[in-house]
Amino acid sequence: MAEHIISLQGVTKEFDTKNGKVVALRDINLNIDKGDSYGIIGLSGAGKSTLVRTINLLEEPTEGKVLFDGNVLTGLKSKALNIHRRKISMIFQQFNLLMQRDAIGNICFPMEIAGVPKAQAIAKAKELLKVVDLEDRAHSYPSQLSGGQKQRVAIARALASDPEVILCDEATSALDPKTTRSILKLLRQINEERGITLVVITHEMEVIKQLCNKVAVIENGEIVERGDVQEIFARPKTKAARKLFFPDGETSEKPVGRTSTKNRIRLVFNEQNAYKPIIARMIMELNAPVNFLYANLDVLGDQQKGQMVICLSEDKATAEKQKAFLAREGVEFIELDDEMEEVTE
Amino acid sequence: MEMQELFSLLGQGTLDSLYMIIICTVVSYIIGLPIGVSLIVTAPGGIRPLGIYNKIVGFIVNILRSVPFLILMIALMPYIRKIIGTGIGKEAATAALIVAAAPFVARLVEQSLLEVDPGVIEAAQAMGASNFQIIRKVLLLEARPSLLNGAAVATINILGYTAMAGIVGAGGLGEIAIRYGLYRFQPSIMWITIVVLVILVQIFQEIGIKVVNKYDNRIN
Repeated sequence: MAEHIISLQGVTKEFDTKNGKVVALRDINLNIDKGDSYGIIGLSGAGKSTLVRTINLLEEPTEGKVLFDGNVLTGLKSKALNIHRRKISMIFQQFNLLMQRDAIGNICFPMEIAGVPKAQAIAKAKELLKVVDLEDRAHSYPSQLSGGQKQRVAIARALASDPEVILCDEATSALDPKTTRSILKLLRQINEERGITLVVITHEMEVIKQLCNKVAVIENGEIVERGDVQEIFARPKTKAARKLFFPDGETSEKPVGRTSTKNRIRLVFNEQNAYKPIIARMIMELNAPVNFLYANLDVLGDQQKGQMVICLSEDKATAEKQKAFLAREGVEFIELDDEMEEVTE
Repeated sequence: MEMQELFSLLGQGTLDSLYMIIICTVVSYIIGLPIGVSLIVTAPGGIRPLGIYNKIVGFIVNILRSVPFLILMIALMPYIRKIIGTGIGKEAATAALIVAAAPFVARLVEQSLLEVDPGVIEAAQAMGASNFQIIRKVLLLEARPSLLNGAAVATINILGYTAMAGIVGAGGLGEIAIRYGLYRFQPSIMWITIVVLVILVQIFQEIGIKVVNKYDNRIN
């Protein structure tokens, strides 16, 4: 079982509030493998922040077990728990740096807690500042740094304890798009080069697309869908996943004006066929037009992924031919039938 | 009154006042700082919630804080006499001052520590810091500017208390003002002591601001 670096087994979390019990997480089972960059996506209030906090026991589950590297963390005494926590770093939306310490001081902090000798800690902190590209800001205080720089310091701090895992709680949500890209790039690099497992909490699909290989979709405290990012992107099964992956596509699944709603399909192009004029050839070969409802090009990790929603011919036989053509060309598609439309209402 | 006599009177009074202020501030912090920290630590949502302790200590602090100092001092006189042998004079007044000032300091410390970003405490917990490490390295250090600011406020408040303690013959500037201004009706001497008191307050305030600015890395 040790290949799972993190394993949540039947984790339930309830909060007592004035208005009675609120269930934040309901029977969560989740395994994260070493080296994964595992995204957990959901709308605000879905329970994703609570979920990530149960991993390092900042939130104690009401029920269920949390395992880290084969060790059961739930029920441990704080001393034993703290030893494990040193191997699970965390970065936050609001950075959470010590305001009264400079960059070097902040990076040294986890090493200080672990009892690393000061000279050694400072030497390592300087090295880590290089990794996050902030060598020249060693003695700047957080109040003198921009948001992106603060998050870089926080990432360096997270690396200081040589962690197995870094939990990223909305790490880029307070940053502008350009800074977000550079932080995601840095995190990806850390995941790939150091083999550090990432658990990425976000409400933004872009973050999942650029950073993660696996994803779980969480809604109302439950994981409703999970798997490879590529797979879910190609074939989202639940409404929640579709909503998150194709926020613009939502409207195109409903009839717009007099647009025909019959024979609508969603196509997903992959690396092999994204650059070929497949639809154009299909129209010419079968001599039957299609109606374009929606199209978009996405980047998943470093792969191009295109998606498109079209209406096939209203004639059943022609539509079947068109589908066969697409299947031959290796284009994945899902049919958006009337039932599905009800689901997306 | 001769000028020289006046100077030596005021000089002695100032020294007596400073003696009481310093002793009282130091001892009040020795008692009040741990109480203030414990109130934060044991509060609901604190790093070591302990509802009963928090409620009881908070209640005692509130009671002591809500009794006006002059009344508290008179009420405490018989008990202080039993413990240290006298109910009046500098020592008795200092003892009463500490009873009044320590809860005040505890609340000031609590307020300062409340300003520490809970996210930073959470980050330290996530790193595996013990509660003791969090208190020492996060709470007290992050709140340092605010704590120093509070110390300046506490000192000035205690200065006000020492002046009131003049009524039980505590010595110091307060007693001079009461003795000459009230009992002997020599308002000029009273006004001079008031000026000295104001100058003292200004000095403490300025020192406080200087120290806070030196230590606050949020302002740059």
